[in-house]
Amino acid sequence: MRRLASHLTVFCLVLLWLIPTLGLLVTSIRPYEDVVRTGWWTTLFDPAKWASLTLDNYVQVIAQEGLGQAFWNSLVITIPASLIPLAISALAAYAFAWMPFRGRQVLLMVAVGLMVLPGQMTFIPLLTVYNKVGLSGTFLGIWLVHTAYGLPLQIYLLRNFFRALPHELLDSAFMDGASRWKIFRHIVLPLSVPALASLLILQFLWVWNDLLVALIFLGTSPEVAPVNVKLVGLVGAYGQDWQLLTAGAFVSMALPLIVFLSLQKHFVQGILAGSRRG
Amino acid sequence: MRTRGWSHWLYLAPALLVLGSYLVYPTLVTLYLSFFDARSAQYIGLQNYARIFTQEETLIALRNNLLWIIVVPALTVSLGLLMAVVFDRVRHEALAKSAIFLPMAISFVGAGVIWKFVYAYTPPIYPQIGILNAIRTALGFDPIGWLIRSPWVNNLALMAVFIWIWAGYCMIILSAAYKGIHRDLLDAARTDGANEWEIFWHVALPMLRPTILVVATTMTVFTLKVFDIIYVLTNGNFGTEVLADRMYKEMFHFHNFGAASAIAVIILLAMLPVIVINVRRFYAKEGR
Repeated sequence: MRRLASHLTVFCLVLLWLIPTLGLLVTSIRPYEDVVRTGWWTTLFDPAKWASLTLDNYVQVIAQEGLGQAFWNSLVITIPASLIPLAISALAAYAFAWMPFRGRQVLLMVAVGLMVLPGQMTFIPLLTVYNKVGLSGTFLGIWLVHTAYGLPLQIYLLRNFFRALPHELLDSAFMDGASRWKIFRHIVLPLSVPALASLLILQFLWVWNDLLVALIFLGTSPEVAPVNVKLVGLVGAYGQDWQLLTAGAFVSMALPLIVFLSLQKHFVQGILAGSRRG
Repeated sequence: MRTRGWSHWLYLAPALLVLGSYLVYPTLVTLYLSFFDARSAQYIGLQNYARIFTQEETLIALRNNLLWIIVVPALTVSLGLLMAVVFDRVRHEALAKSAIFLPMAISFVGAGVIWKFVYAYTPPIYPQIGILNAIRTALGFDPIGWLIRSPWVNNLALMAVFIWIWAGYCMIILSAAYKGIHRDLLDAARTDGANEWEIFWHVALPMLRPTILVVATTMTVFTLKVFDIIYVLTNGNFGTEVLADRMYKEMFHFHNFGAASAIAVIILLAMLPVIVINVRRFYAKEGR
């Protein structure tokens, strides 16, 4: 009886969580005439309608509405904006973990404090400088902004991970005359691949899913705007054309969903490591 | 590894350069600008702050942020906790968890479109294509403008989106902590005749308390930063604006850098307790 109650609760919760996304998927492949006349759920129970399902909505948003270009922009933004901070934070975390120097604790504490700094505190001065030096609306500009926002948490998590590496291994390598750089390249980094992968995935999803930073530092011009900015534009322009909006939303979600479903374990590990911070 | 010389600065330099120029320096400038007028030309003391606490628009944003902080972390963490415990008892746990966790991979914008469609409203004479209003009309009620009716219906509707996204995050972390509790402990309580509710309340919950606190602070921070959901679903209309959206408007629609900076400072001040908790926890662990 108790088992039944548990299973029922779980079933209801899962259903509740999936229905909104299911509605999006179904609507995105329905023709316009159906979308405005009947609820998406009617299609599920009416096999006669299945023949009318179509990919036209996707063709329209990707080709005509410029979501294809935006998808490409998102890739151009996200890949460097995930790799650059990881490289920088790995270097810094190595110093924080294995090189005692004056002021180390203080600097690390500053990084811990910066972890929850609201981006709002940086927007106006950064944008002002960016406008002066011509970095606003450029990919380089936004790579650096995302780098900065990602760094504090990455430095802290990687530093904790590096510190947990076996002490003897690094010490004996040092005794054997290996340079710091060699130890970093050939011992620390290879042993940290799982941690690096987790952080890379988190940062990738974070940057891909961002809206605010892109709105502020890139703007809406089609040559640079990422999918989320484009999608918000579609919501403004086609408020009630649900077949287009849902198709657009799914285009913006496709890659994160693939990354999530195929690398779920790393993702969860990254989340768990993040929760143990501080 | 012993340290001599300065080579550690080579490893630190890129990070310090970026953190200094992109986070620390702008924070100080924003603080400074918050005491200046719209065009950052003239010092006006605390006027920007005074306006935040007297103007109707910002008062609504403050109220909404407060509402979010009271409602959202509590609900999200409770739901995550419920899921962590209940999912532990069913066979296809991993599968069920993936379903709840899935929204975390989706952007707030994507989630915004998904839920805008859930809340879709058409006048009663037309068929309802939003599932919530379809359910309501099927039960004989009139459809509701979920995103329009202020202040409770629409603000709670927006909060539901946040909860839908983040409950999975809370669940994953609390579930890991729950599984870390020794099974023998729970079983011992069971053989002593405690019912499941008592076991949860008196055995599991006290042991989960530190994790619950961490998750709750994280949710509070995310709640304070909320922007996208509101930007996409209502754009702050109908009394749903929060500080982050207000700041964006001050910045881009009114070009009032003083007011925008002051709002940013208010957001920072609201987060300050969390920053202090983080730093102190770090210090307690490593300070020595």
